Amino acid sequence: MPRTVRDVVFVDGVRTPFGKAGGLYAETRADDLVVRVIRELLRRNPQLPPNRVDEVAIAATTQIGDQGLTIGRTAALLAGLPKSVPGFAIDRMCAGAMTAVTTVGSGIAMGAYDVAIAGGVEHMGRHPMGEGVDPNPRFLAEKLVDPSALVMGATAENLHDQFPAITKERADRFALASQQRYAKALAEGRIQADLVTVATRSQESGWGLASADEPPRPDTSLEKLATLRTPFRPHGRVTAGNAAGLNDGATGCLLAAEEVAQELGLPVAMRLVSYAYAGVEPEVMGVGPIPATEKALRLAGLSISDIGLFEINEAFAVQVLAFLDHFGIADDDPRVNPWGGAIAVGHPLASSGVRLMIQLARHFAAHPEVRYGLTTMCVGLGMGGAVIWENPAWEGDK
Amino acid sequence: MTTVEFPNEVVTKALVRYVTVPGLSGEAALITLDNGFDHTKPNSLGPAGLASLEAALDEIEARTPRVRFIAITGKPFVFCVGADITGMPLITRREDALAIARRGHQIFARLRNSDVPTFAFINGAALGGGLELALHCHYRTLSSSVTMVALPECSLGLAPTWGGTQLLPNLIGPDAAVTVIIENPLNQNKMLRAAQAHQLGISDVLLDPADFLERSLEWAAGVVSGQITVQRPEIDRGQAWDAALARGKAIADARIRGAAPAPYAALRLLELARHASFEEGTATEDEVLADLMMSEELRSGLYAFDLVQRRAKRPAGAPDRSLAREITKVGIVGAGLMASQLALLFVRRLEVPVVLTDLDEERVTKGVNYVLGEIAALESKGRLSAGKAAKLRGLISGSVDNRVFADADFIIEAVFEEMKVKKQVFADLEGLVSPTCVLATNTSSLSVTEMAADLAHPERVVGFHFFNPVAVLPLLEVVRGERTDDATVATALAVGKQLKKSCVLINDAPAFVVNRLLTRFLGEVFAAVDEGTPIPVADRALDPLGLPMSPFTLLQLVGPAIAHHVAQTMHAVFPDRFGVSENLARLVAAGKPGVYIWDETGTPKVDPEVEALLQVGDRPSTEEQVRERALTAVAQEIRIMLDEGVVQDPRDIDLCMILGAGWPFHLGGITPYLDRTGISERVTGQRFLPRGVASLPA
Repeated sequence: MPRTVRDVVFVDGVRTPFGKAGGLYAETRADDLVVRVIRELLRRNPQLPPNRVDEVAIAATTQIGDQGLTIGRTAALLAGLPKSVPGFAIDRMCAGAMTAVTTVGSGIAMGAYDVAIAGGVEHMGRHPMGEGVDPNPRFLAEKLVDPSALVMGATAENLHDQFPAITKERADRFALASQQRYAKALAEGRIQADLVTVATRSQESGWGLASADEPPRPDTSLEKLATLRTPFRPHGRVTAGNAAGLNDGATGCLLAAEEVAQELGLPVAMRLVSYAYAGVEPEVMGVGPIPATEKALRLAGLSISDIGLFEINEAFAVQVLAFLDHFGIADDDPRVNPWGGAIAVGHPLASSGVRLMIQLARHFAAHPEVRYGLTTMCVGLGMGGAVIWENPAWEGDK
Repeated sequence: MTTVEFPNEVVTKALVRYVTVPGLSGEAALITLDNGFDHTKPNSLGPAGLASLEAALDEIEARTPRVRFIAITGKPFVFCVGADITGMPLITRREDALAIARRGHQIFARLRNSDVPTFAFINGAALGGGLELALHCHYRTLSSSVTMVALPECSLGLAPTWGGTQLLPNLIGPDAAVTVIIENPLNQNKMLRAAQAHQLGISDVLLDPADFLERSLEWAAGVVSGQITVQRPEIDRGQAWDAALARGKAIADARIRGAAPAPYAALRLLELARHASFEEGTATEDEVLADLMMSEELRSGLYAFDLVQRRAKRPAGAPDRSLAREITKVGIVGAGLMASQLALLFVRRLEVPVVLTDLDEERVTKGVNYVLGEIAALESKGRLSAGKAAKLRGLISGSVDNRVFADADFIIEAVFEEMKVKKQVFADLEGLVSPTCVLATNTSSLSVTEMAADLAHPERVVGFHFFNPVAVLPLLEVVRGERTDDATVATALAVGKQLKKSCVLINDAPAFVVNRLLTRFLGEVFAAVDEGTPIPVADRALDPLGLPMSPFTLLQLVGPAIAHHVAQTMHAVFPDRFGVSENLARLVAAGKPGVYIWDETGTPKVDPEVEALLQVGDRPSTEEQVRERALTAVAQEIRIMLDEGVVQDPRDIDLCMILGAGWPFHLGGITPYLDRTGISERVTGQRFLPRGVASLPA
């Protein structure tokens, strides 16, 4: 008899405030950020006995130093989880945390795990993108990949080339909206609930406390955005203002088999429906979410019109707009990134996937009329990842 | 107020940042105490440090809108370990000492009197003035990883006079305060671990170290917003207070018999704390600190503390450490109790194969079983993990066949204390081991040079003299024979360090340092008794020094047989100065363990059978005369030992007596006491140490 597949649910998620590389977390270790997230997850869910956690999967792009040493395992030990709880490290660059989620989610579905922690961290101040990399010379020699593929900003410029309808002005406007939506959500007290404070050391000025995201620029304007340099191409379209910055932060979530969540009395915030990863031409990595989403929809037997809420990572405004154009969604559709996105809050590479999920879970709770939601992101070297979720609060067709 | 400065102060800065804590509107001020070094140089508060804290509090007070609360925390692993004592030897005037006392009070009082709540987040070691700072705060959180919470001032010759004696009993009760202020410091300076400190009530909440600061800030916000209420126990100011003080006095009397002022001053302050206002209590604390800081006992205490902290860790005269050879296997000749204790120590600390040998299978098995039994006991007490215990069990073995020593790097003999026997042991070993295998002897009175004389390689022989009980007493006399080479000395010192002992390097001479001085010292006391001084009189005579035990109690501990044997050995070498007591010989012959027996109430009295067998003269001495005579002898002997080069420096003599005989800090070991009483100058024509080094400056 074929094995039974179980339903996987997203129980809860938290994140550290995000910082600017070289700023808030300059003297804080990346693994300490993960430890804080893990401890907070357990503190918020006291019904979960720590020894019931079957795996801790933590993503980081640059697995060196304080992001190395099999960070899922080391962070679990440092967080005080019992030694019987195993852990591992995982990497798919920007989609690291998302991949951690789908990987342990698969393990839960197949019965290998009941409960797991998945998340991601990136301290881009200590580990800039590309630290320690050694690309194989064949990439360039055999023209396997266009040279621009290795520079994310260049791939964004390539996207503008490919979709001339996505102008700089549209990109700037989208960026402004992201900042404004974030500021509004913050003012309404929505962002804070998902944050866990982090003690930040400074040898020169003493201990401080990170309790708010550092990157947002609520006072930006179209005028200011228009004046910014285009570092990836002269007279280009991609600026620091319509892209996510270089950031530090960590995210984590609790996943469980739905029946186990019920057994333990854990809340169910989202139900995992389907997921997909897809490869695209690396020099236009920004389109990755499109084939990934189409595959995820197909596996779920859904169409884009079934998706009522979207959390799409804003590595660059142009790639979000490319996605929206493809699916015929308006730039300012309120269902898309209702609280703004990475352009405002930052994109610590491997951690972002779970931030999207944390926020989608909140949107689900506020919108019981929505049944399905999507978290999706583009990934360096030309990939996309997409996860479709179901809202357990959905009240049914009315 | 006079401002005192410490020229070499390592300044602990009070760094201020303002933070927002979720759940509380407005900001909180977070002060971090940090001297810019890692935990090997912990935070301490000298005049500049206090000034920095004052400036921080000024800045916070001036800030508008006002902060909701003020919190103080430390740098990783260290909160604050107290007042800066490095400047204390430089204080020459009582008014400067008084100024230091007042300055600490002045600044700490601001935390107590603050109109916004104040919190101490004790993240690491909190000792002395550091703990007093925390006690002045309205609330305290404590990290469960902290292993050092204490008010150790009395062990040095000071008292917790920056508010500790007034605040602590009123927070945790008088009996617990006596434990912290009197009992622990006089008991090898024992300190509290976090759980114990919390249990006593020193902290309001105990938090995990992983997110200690974040959770402390959250907790503080909860207290300030009213969501968390802190309960403090009601303190019994009646009978319990009397009982506690009586207990404290009994402890001080038992330890030092009134020989030093500090704990008694602390007890007076604890009595005052019962009813006095904080202002009156702290004003008295000021005067007490000034008095204690200008006391000889404190100056000797600072000197002794420095010896134990620094000189003990880097033995004077040590050769280059790089000369030390690696030890991969240890051999122990002999399997008696001493040898077995050594085997346990070596296997635990070095974690290399340790093999015991003795004359017959039965003795060997007994020795090995002793070690295995101790390992099992440690494991069941949780002091050794199962894995570690299994490892140690696998490393210990025994044999009657000396050939097991062939690949040993370090062999120590603990056989019968007779030169012929020891020489034979070494001669036998030499045929089996490598030329560079260190042959160490645990002899307490025989010549290391002589023991090595007939060997082909005498340069690898070294004295390695432990003190009983081996597991407890930290001193290790490392004795260089005439031919002992630097590599052997370096190796011996390195092994001593691995064994976590404090090594003092000594040039071969009879009975080295501790036993030589104790024998000379006790010899005078026994001679006085032989002459007709009643035992109780002679035994009381040294009470004013506050030694850990009286001469005849020490005799009972060591055993008359050993004391007599050593005396005979010393008499043979120095007949003019070391006598042999006929009465001691009689005690040995009668098989008596000592002169005392204990009655039903546990009070010691002189055994009438002993009284009967003693034959004494009719020239009794007074207590004063006995004391004078004993100390004169000690002064003379020390001067001879220094002149003969047994050790280079009086500091080594003092270090040996502190660590090997438990002689107290308030004597500075012994030479500071001899200097300040004028005995050294009268007997030897000169002081041992310059004025000001271990005494009040001129």
